[in-house]
Amino acid sequence: MPSHDGAALLEARGLQRSFGRVRILHGLDLSLRPGEALAIIGPNGAGKTTLLRLLAGLIRPSAGEVRILGQRLGRDVGSARHGLGVLLHQSLLYDDLTLLENLTFAARLYALDRPGAVAAAALEAAGLADRGGDLPRRLSRGLLQRAAIARAMLHSPRLLLLDEPFTGLDATAAARLRTDLQRRLAQGLGVVIVTHHLAEVWDLASRVAVLVGGRWAADEPRTGTLEAFLPRYQELIGA
Amino acid sequence: MPEVIHLALAIAAKDIRVELRSRTALVSALVFAALVLVIFNFARDPTALSATDLAPSALWVTFALASMVALNRAFTIERENGALDGLLVAPVSREAIFVGKLLANLAFVGTVELVTLPLFTLFFNVSLWTVLPGVLGVAALATVGFVAVGTIFSAMAVRTRFAELMLPVLLLPFMVPPLIGAVQVTTRLLAGRPLSEMLGWLRLLALYDVVFVTLCTLVFSAVVDE
Repeated sequence: MPSHDGAALLEARGLQRSFGRVRILHGLDLSLRPGEALAIIGPNGAGKTTLLRLLAGLIRPSAGEVRILGQRLGRDVGSARHGLGVLLHQSLLYDDLTLLENLTFAARLYALDRPGAVAAAALEAAGLADRGGDLPRRLSRGLLQRAAIARAMLHSPRLLLLDEPFTGLDATAAARLRTDLQRRLAQGLGVVIVTHHLAEVWDLASRVAVLVGGRWAADEPRTGTLEAFLPRYQELIGA
Repeated sequence: MPEVIHLALAIAAKDIRVELRSRTALVSALVFAALVLVIFNFARDPTALSATDLAPSALWVTFALASMVALNRAFTIERENGALDGLLVAPVSREAIFVGKLLANLAFVGTVELVTLPLFTLFFNVSLWTVLPGVLGVAALATVGFVAVGTIFSAMAVRTRFAELMLPVLLLPFMVPPLIGAVQVTTRLLAGRPLSEMLGWLRLLALYDVVFVTLCTLVFSAVVDE
């Protein structure tokens, strides 16, 4: 993987999160530098999605802090949010707006020049140029995922947080996404990918972290083959 | 500040576009308003209570209930596909989101009120022509305050399992002061009373607007940030 100098794109220190009396995350530290792709895996209920929502600033930590592009993520850190792209389980698209309208609205939120043209270009890059007039509810799961990815990358973020990005994508779309991410990583993008399917992101990842019961069981550079790593993963999650 | 206004207008325009496409809330609120007016009209005993006496209360109860239907949709559309998360991760201040939603809600509730007024004159046989500017003015003054509160409670209620039930329970107590004020002013307007008799109530409505628009803008962040 290419190496990039520069400050960490993402830093989390002592992240804790509880829901009621149940503690989901137990003091996690995390750092991501430009050009790094971190794959976070773990069993169901490990806290992966909670961690991603914390990193995106969608929920507040019970303790600890998150810094995006050097800024502590609070409610109004506009410049940090300009550099952040987020893909969640849901598409974040309005069902009663067409894909083009949805992406144009998103471009306005990010204060991009010529939002309509930016949105059209993003749809074209996602292979959805001819679906700009379609409503999200009329799309298949795969097409909807492509539109959601286009929305997340619309503003060319420096840091991407992706939750199961390959869900629903066919082989062509998955290959297109992989190529696009590799190109952006070479340009200094940082990516955090939360997934259950390590095979989909193994070649893309420069680091692999295993989350078990809200604690890091491992956080190490990706080396060797997936086949060689899987027995170790089973051991880490206690399967 | 200009950026906040620019973003707020973009959010309001998006909400209006979504509503114009689906027309769900607007049509429901208008049908609901018409039904409330019909019920008031036929439930009234004309020998015991004149239409003029009942008219101001009927008008404002209709506005209030129809507004509730319109306000319920404010954050329901943000719940679909997690769209609210899309707003919250964007570089948009929480104030801009609140002001945008408030502007859109004012447009919806204002439309419902404007369409309801002719129905009201029809059912209650009340001529509004001479007092129309006054009625529109008091409607605007009262509506801003309770729509601001309704916008906040709509954001709170949408995170609960029974959002449609929660909103009236939360909002109705806060609607009482502006409704009383608006009914009092409307009664005096219809009776042709001088402005001096309404000033106290108008001040109350203006104060309610200033206090609650400011308060709601400030607390919105605490409502939407988990």
